[in-house]
Amino acid sequence: MSEAMFEVTLLVNGVPRSATVPARRLLSDFLRHDLELTGTHVGCEHGVCGACTVLVDGRPIRSCLQFAVTVDGAEVTTVEGCTRPDGELGHVQQAFRDCHGLQCGFCTPGFVTTITAYLEENPTPTQEQAREAIAGNLCRCTGYQNIVASVLRAAELRAEETQR
Amino acid sequence: MTTAAFGEPIARLEDPRLLTGQGRFLDDIGHQALAAAFVRSPHAHARIVDIDVSAAVDVEGLVAVYTHEDLDGRVGEPLPLLIPHAALTHGRTAYALAKDEVNHVGEPIVMVVATDRYVAEDVCDRIVVTYDFLPPVVGIEAARSAELLVHDDVPGNVSAHLVQSRGDVEAALAGAPHVLELDLDIERSASTPLEGKGVHARWDADDASLRVYTSTQASTSVRAALAARLELPLDRVEVIAPDVGGGFGVKIVHPWPEEVVVPWAAIRLGREVKWTEDRREHFVGATHERGQLQHVEVGFDDDGRLLGLDVTVWHDNGAYTPYGIIVPIVTTTQLLGPYKPEAYRAEFFSLYTNTVTVTPYRGAGRPQGCFAMERTMDAVAAYLGLDRTVVRERNFIRPDEMPYDHGLIFQDGRPLIYDSGDYPATLEKLKKLVGWDEFEAFRAEARAAGRRVGIGIACYVEGTGVGPYEGGWVKVETDGTVVAATGLTTQGQGHKTAFAQVVASELGVPVERVQVTTGDTRRFGYAVGTFASRAAVMSGNALASAARKVRDKALRIAGEALEADPRDLEIVDGVVRVVGSPPSAPGSSIPLATVAVLANPLRYAFDREAERATQFGGPVDYSKPPVAEGDSPGLEDTGYYSPPRSTFANGMHAAIVETDPDTAEITILRYCVVHDCGRLINPRIVEGQIHGGVAQGVGGALYERMVYDDAGQLLNASFMDFLMPYATEVPVVETDHLETPSPLNPLGIKGAGEAGVIPGSAVLASAISDAEGFAITRMPISPSDLFSLRLAQESR
Repeated sequence: MSEAMFEVTLLVNGVPRSATVPARRLLSDFLRHDLELTGTHVGCEHGVCGACTVLVDGRPIRSCLQFAVTVDGAEVTTVEGCTRPDGELGHVQQAFRDCHGLQCGFCTPGFVTTITAYLEENPTPTQEQAREAIAGNLCRCTGYQNIVASVLRAAELRAEETQR
Repeated sequence: MTTAAFGEPIARLEDPRLLTGQGRFLDDIGHQALAAAFVRSPHAHARIVDIDVSAAVDVEGLVAVYTHEDLDGRVGEPLPLLIPHAALTHGRTAYALAKDEVNHVGEPIVMVVATDRYVAEDVCDRIVVTYDFLPPVVGIEAARSAELLVHDDVPGNVSAHLVQSRGDVEAALAGAPHVLELDLDIERSASTPLEGKGVHARWDADDASLRVYTSTQASTSVRAALAARLELPLDRVEVIAPDVGGGFGVKIVHPWPEEVVVPWAAIRLGREVKWTEDRREHFVGATHERGQLQHVEVGFDDDGRLLGLDVTVWHDNGAYTPYGIIVPIVTTTQLLGPYKPEAYRAEFFSLYTNTVTVTPYRGAGRPQGCFAMERTMDAVAAYLGLDRTVVRERNFIRPDEMPYDHGLIFQDGRPLIYDSGDYPATLEKLKKLVGWDEFEAFRAEARAAGRRVGIGIACYVEGTGVGPYEGGWVKVETDGTVVAATGLTTQGQGHKTAFAQVVASELGVPVERVQVTTGDTRRFGYAVGTFASRAAVMSGNALASAARKVRDKALRIAGEALEADPRDLEIVDGVVRVVGSPPSAPGSSIPLATVAVLANPLRYAFDREAERATQFGGPVDYSKPPVAEGDSPGLEDTGYYSPPRSTFANGMHAAIVETDPDTAEITILRYCVVHDCGRLINPRIVEGQIHGGVAQGVGGALYERMVYDDAGQLLNASFMDFLMPYATEVPVVETDHLETPSPLNPLGIKGAGEAGVIPGSAVLASAISDAEGFAITRMPISPSDLFSLRLAQESR
């Protein structure tokens, strides 16, 4: 018995991408294995760790808890799309580098996308808000201290960019 | 040595790749590979009666199903016992796929290979395994009572029994003015890296060679193990650790069952095969650590000086002992911390249970040892009515007593001799940082406001940089790029940066010009692995040695070219020059890139650099061969570092906690760390290691435990139920450093990787005890645990 297949098209990081997949294909697997955009990582497959967070129509969602077919036609931003247009590190990515906000780097893509969306909502977080903003993502390496610092640094860099 | 790079908190060179999604973790590799999935035992203890695959064979996309019967040759033998020990009289290891019997939930029984993982798991669901149930042994008390056995042929469930001692403890305790006894309990946790394990294997039939990518902490040893198991010549097997998403100990175990059978299947099928562990598999199919019961008997004088210390440890080693008895050995030797009891005896029993196997998790037995020792120190202080820091201070090994020989054997099989450290100075710094002497005023203030607060302290000494050796290779390319490699692996420690800093400083080149490869047997074949806070010490010194040899060679060749004495030359910013000469003085300098060209006389000119290096190039001394006797072409060399014994880092943590008088909620108000890991290669990276270690220490103290029921089911095998701390649970860590160089290695460095986690349970137990007014003896502790303890205290 073969599975029914569906063509799914997404606008991924500004580029239309399609693949034909079964209904049960997770969005995370679709991005990683069908589109070979492996920046999005899968840490638990039950929506708790946040490593697979991507932005769907600008909102952060856990791509391991969505089927690709259910977001057909959506605009998706992954960590690969969080760079500047010239390919250099975007403000959140640069902040992580400045503040040593990553060690192994496995959970990092989920933090980068989460923080990118958060700063759209709140461009000037306090220390406490910065900690709250990342409180839905797990990291086993850093102890979060430098990630909190990265959120604040990203806000600074973002403000500098917008002022320009 | 130029020191422009060594010691500076530079940003990491690996970050841009990782931050833009260009990292290559195991599951990012091999999109075309077949996928493997495993049928694992749902039972803790059972005999396998039958495996029925008939309902599975018609699933579209199925490629192969394997059980133990299919495993030919050495692949069907029990997995190796990696670290044998004379005391490990009853070591047992699993089969790659279970044969006849399973001993924990999660043990792999059947491997399925299919076109993708979804299909492979469909097939797994249709395979029916019939079991004969056996009663499981769960928990240390059940194992110790030995009413039931895990392995029929292991009496008492005891895999190992070891006693080490120094002095006459019995006499010391008998003669001591005061004697106390403590019973302590620490539960299981686990490394729990965000990336689980994974293996990808590709067999090249034309080349008769195997390439394996695996998320490991020991690629060279995986290679050797696979060559042995698969009966292939070593040089036909290459193993690469790609980007590894955290290890924390669990990935030092090898070869995992999957690490053997995935490559085996790839060869058999002539296809790429990949297996990526999912989270539940990691909980039940990888390894755990920490679980111990401890009994301490301590004798001391009126000043609190330890006269005799007698410790017995019952260590839960889980179902098998693939990694030997490293953990209880470390517990019982590192327990001593910065102290010098006059007599010491440590005895441990390593016990089988029908639960996931136990192997080192960051700290590797030290957190339990530190817990025993520091709970003891607090007990002595409480008994004598002395300040807890005073009792500790009186028992410290003094700086002028270094090197200090404990008269015991450490985990590396070598004498337990501390090389350096200044414990009184560390304590002074910590007291100042946390405000130890001002705490009573704060307590009074808090109490007046109806709040309950407490302060705790814990000290540790950590053996780091264990041998036997590591190596490093450094080469200057003809474009001036410096490439370097070491065999040990990286799982987030920033080795590409720290090692580049070491090489850049030794060689005199900008750090950005150094590209480091780790954990790739194609690039460096000799290595031990990344564990025991050893990478910076071992490979740092090995790469420094290689870089120094390259530097010497560069100076020699440059000396010939510049007609200068090499002793008058230096390398600055990648240019060899006469010492003190201005940068552009003619005839006084030569770029390292050009020296690399000169180092390799060629016959063929394939590019501009090569043209300059051909034997028909410049002026030549025809009396000499193009490559001198004893020399070799190329500006490259290899160095090794092999220490006589481990180097001992140390540190002290203090925490201030608040416990809610009604709900027993525990909040960490402050967490202070003073540590000494010798000279720092990159302070920012070391600081990050401390932060991460503390987070795991806090997790182990307040949140993380593996909850088994009596049937041996792990009840919380997901991130929903196993409480790994989020940002909201981890305190801000305040740090201060000492730098007492190690006299054992040329760079003077000590390891730092595990430091942060070691005193976590000890310091928080100390602080909570101080807040509550009664001793905490069991960790981790939840608010409901504390609430029950309060009720028990009240009813006394």
